[in-house]
Amino acid sequence: MTRTPLRPLARILPARERGENPDDIQRENLRQRQADERDRQRVRAEGRLVVLGVFFFCAFVTVGARMGVLAMTEAEEPVASAASARIAMQRADILDRKGRVLATNLETYSLYAHPQQLVNASEAIEELLKIFPDLDREKLTKVLTGKRKFVWIKPRISPEQRQAVHDIGDPGLLFGRREMRLYPNGPIAAHLLGGASFGKQGVNAAEVVGVAGVEKNFDDYLRDPGNADAPLVLSVDLTIQAVLERVLDAGQRLMHAKGAAAVLMDVHTGEVVAAASLPDFDPNDRPQLDPTRPAEDSPLFNRVVQGVYELGSTFKIFTMSQAIDMGLVTPETEVDTRGPIRFGRFAINDSHRYGATMTVDKIITKSSNVGTARVAQMIGGARQKEFLEGLGLLEPTPFEIAEASGVRPLYPQNWSELSTMTISYGHGISTSPLHLATAYATIANGGYAVSPTLLRKTGPQHGPRVISDRAAADARMMLRHVVTDGTARRFGDVPGYAVAGKTGTADKPKPTGGYYEDKVVATFASMFPVNDPKYVLVVSLDEPTETVGLEQRREAGWTAVPVAAEVIVRVAPLLGLRPDVEPGQMAGISLTAN
Amino acid sequence: MTDMVYGAVPRETGEAVLPKWWRTLDKWTLVCIFLLFGVGLLLGLAASVPLAERNGLDPFYYVQRQAMFGSAAMVVMLAVSMLSPDMVRRVGALGFLISFLALVALPFLGTDFGKGAIRWYSIGFGSVQPSEFLKPGFVVVAAWLLAAAQQVGGPPGKTWSFILCAAIVGMLVAQPDFGQASLILFGWAVMYFIAGAPMLLLVAMAGITVLGGAFAYTQSAHVARRIDGFLATELDPTTQLGFAANAIRSGGLFGVGVGEGQVKWSLPDAHTDFIIAVAAEEYGLVLVLVVIALYMMIVLRSLGRLMRERDPFIRLAGAGLACTFGVQAMINMGVAARLLPAKGMTLPFVSYGGSSLIAGGIAMGMLLAFTRSRAQGQIGDILRGHRR
Repeated sequence: MTRTPLRPLARILPARERGENPDDIQRENLRQRQADERDRQRVRAEGRLVVLGVFFFCAFVTVGARMGVLAMTEAEEPVASAASARIAMQRADILDRKGRVLATNLETYSLYAHPQQLVNASEAIEELLKIFPDLDREKLTKVLTGKRKFVWIKPRISPEQRQAVHDIGDPGLLFGRREMRLYPNGPIAAHLLGGASFGKQGVNAAEVVGVAGVEKNFDDYLRDPGNADAPLVLSVDLTIQAVLERVLDAGQRLMHAKGAAAVLMDVHTGEVVAAASLPDFDPNDRPQLDPTRPAEDSPLFNRVVQGVYELGSTFKIFTMSQAIDMGLVTPETEVDTRGPIRFGRFAINDSHRYGATMTVDKIITKSSNVGTARVAQMIGGARQKEFLEGLGLLEPTPFEIAEASGVRPLYPQNWSELSTMTISYGHGISTSPLHLATAYATIANGGYAVSPTLLRKTGPQHGPRVISDRAAADARMMLRHVVTDGTARRFGDVPGYAVAGKTGTADKPKPTGGYYEDKVVATFASMFPVNDPKYVLVVSLDEPTETVGLEQRREAGWTAVPVAAEVIVRVAPLLGLRPDVEPGQMAGISLTAN
Repeated sequence: MTDMVYGAVPRETGEAVLPKWWRTLDKWTLVCIFLLFGVGLLLGLAASVPLAERNGLDPFYYVQRQAMFGSAAMVVMLAVSMLSPDMVRRVGALGFLISFLALVALPFLGTDFGKGAIRWYSIGFGSVQPSEFLKPGFVVVAAWLLAAAQQVGGPPGKTWSFILCAAIVGMLVAQPDFGQASLILFGWAVMYFIAGAPMLLLVAMAGITVLGGAFAYTQSAHVARRIDGFLATELDPTTQLGFAANAIRSGGLFGVGVGEGQVKWSLPDAHTDFIIAVAAEEYGLVLVLVVIALYMMIVLRSLGRLMRERDPFIRLAGAGLACTFGVQAMINMGVAARLLPAKGMTLPFVSYGGSSLIAGGIAMGMLLAFTRSRAQGQIGDILRGHRR
């Protein structure tokens, strides 16, 4: 930057010679420079003022245009805005496999108030208390006479209540449209459906959100407005579900059980046709979880999926079918059943003694722990674990309700030889009844793994083969003997529908360690008809006691089996299975055509 | 000869005050301001009735007060507009000093009227908000400093004015009154811009503004809630913005009719911050566009007249006043139209409020004084041989 001097010597020196005052030149020079600077500033300021003017012009035009756009759009009366309209109102229905409605929507209203607009607050409070006796007078008085501008009073009211509130005639009481999830069948299939509640709430709409079961699992699908006309079709059959729940409820009472679970599965598709857990609840009025009680005592607890118990002797058939599949034994192979087997401080024993050796078939029929443990020793732990994994017994099931994914079977991290032996007869491994039904489906369908599903499928959904057809057939034959001659012989057989199955009575573990003497989980895992099984039924009773006889009985053969048999008696005809009537009983009927 | 013998007949050297004032005044702007005031009274008839009813007063109590304060404001405005620029500067500097001290003393002597921010002095017949009066005073003082800085060998006015600005903004933010703070900041920025701010600095200022906004967003729940409400794509119909948007919608082109509007009953600030929504609902888009045109006219005309102005102080002060005025109106209406996040800012001359009316009168009077046409020394240019 070159600085021009304030005192230009070129002009000052001659001026001095002429005797003029050089200060005049300096002042003149200064004035000139200030004028130039001002001009420069002014030119720049003019440009910048134009910029400002353009800015203000554009801004005001924008505001005006925006006002115009707003004014031209339709007002939404009364005060609904786009926000509430965007809360999706159309939750898709849920249907059973035959198209009957399991869950749908019902239009209802919520009640709210603008306390500032109440004409007569005290009268309105009196009238409201008459219509809704459950409202708290003090609370209501506080909110309706306070400073708040908006107060929710009731989230859902019936049409009669709405009319009654309307008749109060106070302009401060207002109604908001609500879409409510309705389960027209009440508690039937409650645990599968789960339930829904309100999520985001606007004045005129509220979002319905699935909170449990299939409602939660498929929440995104059900909420998608595009699916409003595409209901979710489940594999459940409403009729059979209802029958299953009735029979199970009666069985639970008769056996004094504190809980019960049952699952009926199609062996080829893995579809769960019916699944019940007791105690149950009404999803229209879903109870709150009581944090002071253990979760498994809550009616919300789904025993079919979440009830992870040692299911006892029902596991023996897995050991035997694997051994047969591997060619280690045949049903006729004699196995040493002398007990007890001592393993350190642990002893494996049988409740009854049937001799030094038994055939494999007999071991299953009479449910010998010792015999099963000996066969498991032949198989070895690694291969046993691999086999149980193939049956899906060591992983959470892919069952499509929200609770299923978190339920992992319990088994020892260190699969020792002792574990191998106890797991062979169903101790030291805890699974849900659904796991058990899935594994039994593999034996029933000829050896293919299946995935349990709650969605309707068409045609067999066979997974990879787990055991050979031959081994599966042998296993079914042995299971049939359990019903005809074994632990389930008293109540297990259902005329016309040859039932095969295995009982399991497992002592319940104490929370403090060890096992209860008098608390068991009694399970009967069955399939029918045995010559070509179509369905697997698992019935499990929690702490049953049968008190009809002289002594209390807790064994599955006396508790779970009769309940399961009653279920089969009722549901087999509904499932469209033809009874296989014995020729001898048909002697009196003359066939007119073949 | 007679003159030489008997002395000159005493004659006025200049033009008479009033004719000169009327000749040099920007009459269009004056008309616009009167029209705005009239619109304010008209809307006050509609918008302030619910407030009066809520406070158990005569329905048109607030309209009467508005008319009273408005008349006072108009008188003040006309009086100020007759002053010479130098006189305006003196009055402005004095007013600035007083209101600055008042602002400093506010935390000790002021009241918050239960609104959570101490902004007012309660005096006998009403309340005074010193920040309203501080605005025109600050603009004048800052313009003076900035103009002085342009003189060769002048004081470092840019720095001084910025320090002043920062101090005031700091005090306003502490109240908290982000609206007035941003207006002060904006006014200073406009003057600094016209006084020849380097471009790089302007960019940096924009960045600081964004950061400051972010800071306010994170530090103040009050600010954060308003910004969230603006950013949310869904508009809750029970919020102020929801009511305002709906009022504008239901007004349509010609409005629902005088006295038929509903929004004034739901909005607590219908007579101040959201008065434009009342206008849109009752009188329709037409009146809104008229109001916008009036503001635009005032701002653009003033800026246009100031472009001819050669005195840097007048140019800066005038531009500062006009832009502060314009941006306040713009923000108020932009909020109602959901272009900007909700920010409590009154619509100058239209919204109800004594302080804001009188202060607005002073500011507009100053603007009118600055935009009066006067000799600009073009003759000198010609004599010096300049092109302009």
